[in-house]
Amino acid sequence: MDKKEYSELVEQTTPRTKEGKTLLFAFAIGGLICTIGQGVSDALAALIPSFDAKKIGALTGVVMIFLGSLLTGLGVYDKIGYYAGAGSVLPITGFANSVVSPAMEYNKEGIVFGLMAKMFSIAGPVIVSGVCASVLIGVIYYIIGLF
Amino acid sequence: MKKGRQTYILDGKVYISATASIAGVDEGNGRLRDFFDFVIDESEFGCKSHEKAEIKLRKHAIESLLQNASVEADEIDAIIGGDLLNQLVPSGFSAREFDAPFCGLYSACATFGQSLATGALLLGGGAKKVICCTSSHFATAERQYRFPLELGTQPPPTAQRTVTGVGCALLTSERPKNKCPKITSFTLGKVIDMGLNDPNNMGAAMAPATYETITTHLDERGVNADYYDLIVTGDLGKLGRELLCSMLGKKYGAVKDRINDCGCMVFKEIQKCGLGGSGAGCSSLVFCSYLYKTMLEGGLKRILLVPTGAMLSKDSSLQGESIPAIAHAVAIEM
Repeated sequence: MDKKEYSELVEQTTPRTKEGKTLLFAFAIGGLICTIGQGVSDALAALIPSFDAKKIGALTGVVMIFLGSLLTGLGVYDKIGYYAGAGSVLPITGFANSVVSPAMEYNKEGIVFGLMAKMFSIAGPVIVSGVCASVLIGVIYYIIGLF
Repeated sequence: MKKGRQTYILDGKVYISATASIAGVDEGNGRLRDFFDFVIDESEFGCKSHEKAEIKLRKHAIESLLQNASVEADEIDAIIGGDLLNQLVPSGFSAREFDAPFCGLYSACATFGQSLATGALLLGGGAKKVICCTSSHFATAERQYRFPLELGTQPPPTAQRTVTGVGCALLTSERPKNKCPKITSFTLGKVIDMGLNDPNNMGAAMAPATYETITTHLDERGVNADYYDLIVTGDLGKLGRELLCSMLGKKYGAVKDRINDCGCMVFKEIQKCGLGGSGAGCSSLVFCSYLYKTMLEGGLKRILLVPTGAMLSKDSSLQGESIPAIAHAVAIEM
């Protein structure tokens, strides 16, 4: 059996992701996380009427990051992720999970060369691409503003 | 005696006179619970890290093997074996606890096959007692090959779960008092790469190497597939086993009922461990518990143990390399 024949056999035999089920779970759990975020935002707006929408948005982010980190520390977030997939990766709680989980994992190699050095090993690419994209958009925005 | 290009026929003086097995928490809740010597109750086994836990697991397994066989460490000619971690840390670090020569081996998850073969050759060269020991730990393998444990990711449908466990076997050149299985021949496998590059589908990557080793063994030894009561592969998982059976089926006819896989035997369906267990400890744990004890009780007379390994690293996959695989076959008979 040559490589091509074998890869065709593997292609036919390999089980596929059950898209219907995983999409539904991602939608439901991701939606739930966002609904909780909206609830937090509304509650904060009601509690602190002096804050404008921008400040409430930032504060909501802080609360959601805290919740994502807490659930990671308690060993719950990976279990949510097992079912939710992208539904729990995409919200800001997922970003918190991607920073806290390597921090916990590599804490055993010490604070400096373990925790600090490795804590952005998963989130690093997101930060780099985010910064690059915002620089690019800033330049485009500036050029458009010249005319 | 070498027969053919890859097979060695032994003169029947390699006895597997004792074994010991220690299983992890999930493995202990799996199908083979009753066959393990000891099951740990938490994955860190009282240590500060999972790596330290794997070292301790190996130390305990070798100690209980020595106890099972009533042998002292200074009578051992060599402790050989390996694991999955860089620099074979669990193997080397656990060997410092014993007053015996050590030799670290690596064939990824096929290391137990390589260890039994190397052990048999050492006995042929004059050694009297050799310990073969391989191990793996779910948490240490996840960290080295995949992601931090607490990262919320969804496993793909072809994923397998690294077995936490140690299996070790004592090979002796002298016949022990009680009847025990012997290693009668072995076939060293070639590294086969069919160009697959999905590190989450190792069963499919390893099946061709397994097929190659099994067919070479049967051809060079001059026996049919039905000579063995059971051909048991290391950690192909459900998919790899299916691919192997379909390839072997074309050559030998219906063989599915004679082929099983250690990875498929460890966990229960309800445990959601993907397509089955994997890891260097998978084949050694299953052989040193269930298979060895079944052979002693007469349930199996002749088996061909074929531990299977994918020789990849996290970096090799990121650099776009495909997955080379290996399998070594060891014939074990009562």
